[in-house]
Amino acid sequence: MKIKSVVALLIIAGAYAPALYADDLAAEVDALRALLFETRQNYEKRISDLEARLARTEQIASSARRDASEAFEIAEQTAIDQTSGAAAANTFNPSAGAVLFGRYANVDQTWEEIPGFLPAGEIGTGESGFSLGEAEINLKANVDDRFFGNLTFALADESGEVEVELEEAWVQSTGLPAGLGATGGRFFSAAGYLNQSHRHTDDFADRPLPYQAFFGGQYRVDGVQVRWIAPTPLLLELGGELNWGGGFPATGNAESSPGAHTLFAKIGGDVGASNSWQAGLAWLSADVIESGDTATFSGDSDMTIFDVVWKWAPNGNSASRNFKIQGEYFRRDETGIFDGIAYDGEQTGWYLQSVWQFAPRWRVGVRHDAVNADNGPLLAGTELEDPGRRSSRDSLMLDWSPSEFSRLRLQYTNDQVLSATDQQWFLQYIMSIGAHGAHAF
Amino acid sequence: MKSIAALFPLLLIPLSASAVEIFACEPEWAALVQELAGDKATITVATSAFQDPHRLQAKPSLIAAIRSADMVICTGADLEIGWLPLLLRRAGNPGIQPGNPGNFMAADYVRKLEIPKLVDRSQGDIHPQGNPHIHLDPRNIRRISIALARRLIDLDPANAAYYETRQADFQSRWNEAIDAWEQRAEALAGLRLVSNHRSFSYFAAWLDIDIVATLEPKPGIPASGAQLAALLEQLSPNPPVAVIRTPYANEKPSRWLSARLEIPELTLPYTVNGANNVTDLYALFDESITMLQELLQ
Repeated sequence: MKIKSVVALLIIAGAYAPALYADDLAAEVDALRALLFETRQNYEKRISDLEARLARTEQIASSARRDASEAFEIAEQTAIDQTSGAAAANTFNPSAGAVLFGRYANVDQTWEEIPGFLPAGEIGTGESGFSLGEAEINLKANVDDRFFGNLTFALADESGEVEVELEEAWVQSTGLPAGLGATGGRFFSAAGYLNQSHRHTDDFADRPLPYQAFFGGQYRVDGVQVRWIAPTPLLLELGGELNWGGGFPATGNAESSPGAHTLFAKIGGDVGASNSWQAGLAWLSADVIESGDTATFSGDSDMTIFDVVWKWAPNGNSASRNFKIQGEYFRRDETGIFDGIAYDGEQTGWYLQSVWQFAPRWRVGVRHDAVNADNGPLLAGTELEDPGRRSSRDSLMLDWSPSEFSRLRLQYTNDQVLSATDQQWFLQYIMSIGAHGAHAF
Repeated sequence: MKSIAALFPLLLIPLSASAVEIFACEPEWAALVQELAGDKATITVATSAFQDPHRLQAKPSLIAAIRSADMVICTGADLEIGWLPLLLRRAGNPGIQPGNPGNFMAADYVRKLEIPKLVDRSQGDIHPQGNPHIHLDPRNIRRISIALARRLIDLDPANAAYYETRQADFQSRWNEAIDAWEQRAEALAGLRLVSNHRSFSYFAAWLDIDIVATLEPKPGIPASGAQLAALLEQLSPNPPVAVIRTPYANEKPSRWLSARLEIPELTLPYTVNGANNVTDLYALFDESITMLQELLQ
């Protein structure tokens, strides 16, 4: 009975117990759930925080990598810079270049003077056969922060003797403001379009007749030049030169006052993307004393030069194809005494030429050049007697430039400078070594 | 042709009297100055994408423009050797002479590729300082933008904060753009191309593109018929994917080779305004990558 009642009690208790703990358990499970949820949320937040930190770190690492590789590159570049420059005395060497000329000519009728014109220096057809042209050597560099210096001399063989000619020796300002520039020394005058360019950049084997007749090939000034560029969208440049040199055309005049002066104006600009142009006007006035070889001229020589050049290239890209046309007109009034005779003469000259680069290495060109002297009837029988005709030439050229630094040229000229016509052929090479040449307009 | 005419804003009307007048030798630098200086600068561009920047002449319009410039920004590394020194000497403008704050040569601020071991003209018209076509690696643009902003501040200290903000803004957008381009261009790695001139060396180095040959036998020297024939023979066994060139390069040799190899011939924009839709530096890289991706499809 006692055992039975104990068992019964246990059974009752057993049955009752779950009921007794059920509420507690549910609460506990809820609590656990909440804890779990909170923990999960916590972890999720921490994970996402960690992820964000990781992303940031990766970003920093990648930018650090980039910085590091940049730093490496800069270090490398510095190393290159420091080792590639020659730290010797020649670091300050000026840019140096030389131009080599040579030609083969087939000329039957050579000339050294143009009828009706005073001898103007070394001009003319030159001899037939192979001849070395001048070897031109150029040095140039900034002198300091205010000046630029340029020296060009030419070596030429004159019947077995090597002659050195000082072509250019000038200094130029680089520090003047407001579009001003000043040049002093021996330089090529800014009168005329072609005059300022070096012979090796010419498009034909020889200079046009007016350049030969009026300038002896090239007009050099021993003196000063001042030029000013106006603050305009179109180029407008004005300038003047004083020449103390004794060279042609102010021959014999090397006195204390300048023998010749020049005033010049240039304008130029673009038309669309493909065209560029420039026009110039110059007045040259010379006080001449005893110019000439046997008979001499003394007096005033006044010259007006008008030049215009037009260049075309597709979209302004001259590398493959381009075309240019240029012309200049010269007119000179001379008043004075020639060979003891009072004399008032007028001479004119002009040329028109056009060059077409039709393929990357190839160019063809055509040129007509002419000069005419009207020296009056008083000089009949003298050296300056009117020839009674124009001296003119027609030339065709074809040239091939394997690179920017070399050029081979074939030229045909129908020469009517003297009374008889002469068919002339020239084969010419022009090669530049050393410093890169300038692309002047 | 109207769009091409618009590419030559040689003489813009100054926006204000105090604007910094900039003479940019190439369109990429004009575009970069535009990014950094906004309306504080008036910009004149000397060349367009259709002009070989090496072969220009010191023409009258450029002399007139450089005379009044407060700053010249050019590539340097001898790219403009034929005409810039001449312009600078004619300018009558001391502030832009070399060594002055108004003279900025972009190539001074980046590492150059293809620095010749042998500086000799028998190797073509080489540049002793290395390949000057530096702008086609956008990382170079970033480096140059930093130096250029500093230079603008030197020249125009009154607007220092303006330039600083614009540079920082440009740099962060540019970095994002670089990341995006690099991601987009992953598939271009190893792409085999033939180029007319070494104009794309920096672009190729950046994206790991393989320029297997150039049409020019030597830099600046146009190929002769025989040289092209030899190149054709060399490339025939394993033809590249395309022939690429700049807008200013002679199209004839590229077309000849592309026809013989039966591969596409592609004119990449090369610089700003090199194609109709390429109006800024971002579009330049976007479009170049897109054009090359189209080759893969």
